[in-house]
Amino acid sequence: MSELIGLLRYGDAGWGDELLAGLSVTVSLALATLPFGLLLGLLLALAQISGERNLMRAARIYTTIFRGLPELLTIFIVYYGGQMALQALFSLFSDTYVEVNAFLAGMVALGLVFSAYASEVFLSAFQGIPKGQWEGAHALGLSRLQTFLLVIMPQVLRLALGGLSNLWLILLKETSLVSVIALNELLRMTSVAVGVTKQPILFYSVACLIYLTLSLISERGLARLENRLKRGEGVR
Amino acid sequence: MKPSMPQRASPSSMPPAKAGTARQKGALPWLGRMFMGLWYLAGLGAAWIIISNFDADVFKRYGPRMLSGLLVTTQLVVLPLVMGAVIGLGLALMRLSGQRWLSLPANVYMTFFRGTPLLAQVFLIYYGAGQLRPWLQDVGLWGFFREAWYCVLLAFTLNTAAYQAEIYRVAIASVPKGQWEAADALGLPRRITFVRIILPQALITALRPLGNEVILMIKASAIASVVTILDLMGVTRLAFARTFDFSVYLWAAVLYLIIVETLRRLWTRLEARLTRHLGQQARAGKG
Repeated sequence: MSELIGLLRYGDAGWGDELLAGLSVTVSLALATLPFGLLLGLLLALAQISGERNLMRAARIYTTIFRGLPELLTIFIVYYGGQMALQALFSLFSDTYVEVNAFLAGMVALGLVFSAYASEVFLSAFQGIPKGQWEGAHALGLSRLQTFLLVIMPQVLRLALGGLSNLWLILLKETSLVSVIALNELLRMTSVAVGVTKQPILFYSVACLIYLTLSLISERGLARLENRLKRGEGVR
Repeated sequence: MKPSMPQRASPSSMPPAKAGTARQKGALPWLGRMFMGLWYLAGLGAAWIIISNFDADVFKRYGPRMLSGLLVTTQLVVLPLVMGAVIGLGLALMRLSGQRWLSLPANVYMTFFRGTPLLAQVFLIYYGAGQLRPWLQDVGLWGFFREAWYCVLLAFTLNTAAYQAEIYRVAIASVPKGQWEAADALGLPRRITFVRIILPQALITALRPLGNEVILMIKASAIASVVTILDLMGVTRLAFARTFDFSVYLWAAVLYLIIVETLRRLWTRLEARLTRHLGQQARAGKG
């Protein structure tokens, strides 16, 4: 038993430091994907409520594709496709071999998927804002941009937070898929440890517990954020 | 507190598109044309990659294998979904029983399987079984766990069971209490009340999230390829590893998109058909 715990020790003898390094890659990947995915998702939702037919169609095609493809396939397509495209581009100038960074490819792929789902969340949040809010702001002489930033967005964020929280929890778990293109995130480091120590049950259980902890911490934090955003709704 | 999805509001809540100024009117159509143009370019590019890389040998060798991969994917989706529905319903009932010794284990199970990545669960079961080999051989289960196929089926089943349990739990809890009370007043036993009155209403509520779960399972089934299963994704990866022909990924993408889109549309139809007695209000959501 103590031998098994020794395997998890920090330092040369144990795998604690390797797992921790993997964990930090996992968390950074998720955190790096988030702003990119949120912004793109918001833009896609805006395109869908713009009332402009071509813009709506373009956004629908985007969400249909990235919500329909398996995440694993999206990752491969971005990784190998990106590699091929860059290689073709570089071969115009020189004959160096280009290798796409796995972190970047993972970030782009997960961001594409995240934004497609986020746009649906934002869209239904936009639809939850009564028309009177636009009209009222218009009557007060606010410009469209002011109305959007000062009146609509704060309410949209409140409505969208629940759905976005779910997407964040999904994103955290999906980072594990990037291990297939050899990014040294938590699950891949765990597999490396398993390969050396031949202790799959111990290490994969530990990895699962770490993911679980990440999810539970996020849930706590997001619940707090939700309470804070809803502070205006309480009975005074 | 659990994060909850925002409520879908009445359809009369789109921002007034007419209120836009003349300047925006000028910019938006231009933007729209640009993005649609980009999609046309992307479509042409994908078509060009597929056509210019077309190799009759590769197609002859991997085309049929991709179709058989499709069959494997179908099995990987249907079998766990059905088995998971049974376990999931059981778990939901445990959660709703009000008995701590029943609801606590169900809660732990659901938290674990919904809070960890499916890939990690597959690894835990597949490689973990290898470590337990002597013991599994004693119990006579080694024949089952030796095969990656059964390990993946098991992992998928346990996983979808947890997600389906949450769907059923929410759906059953959403049936108004008065339905129980009315059935009780009519003298119906609780079991019959549940099976004939509560469950049918709950399943109607569960239809949309269940449809989402089916689609999520189709997409998640690609994970099986990581432990050597030759599903659609597995065949695709194999073909790419042998030929370095990127167009196989595009073929796979097209196939997955067709499956998911077709299924989504069929499910919407099914939903409309099953809820037709509920009139307009039930169909007010998006189609």
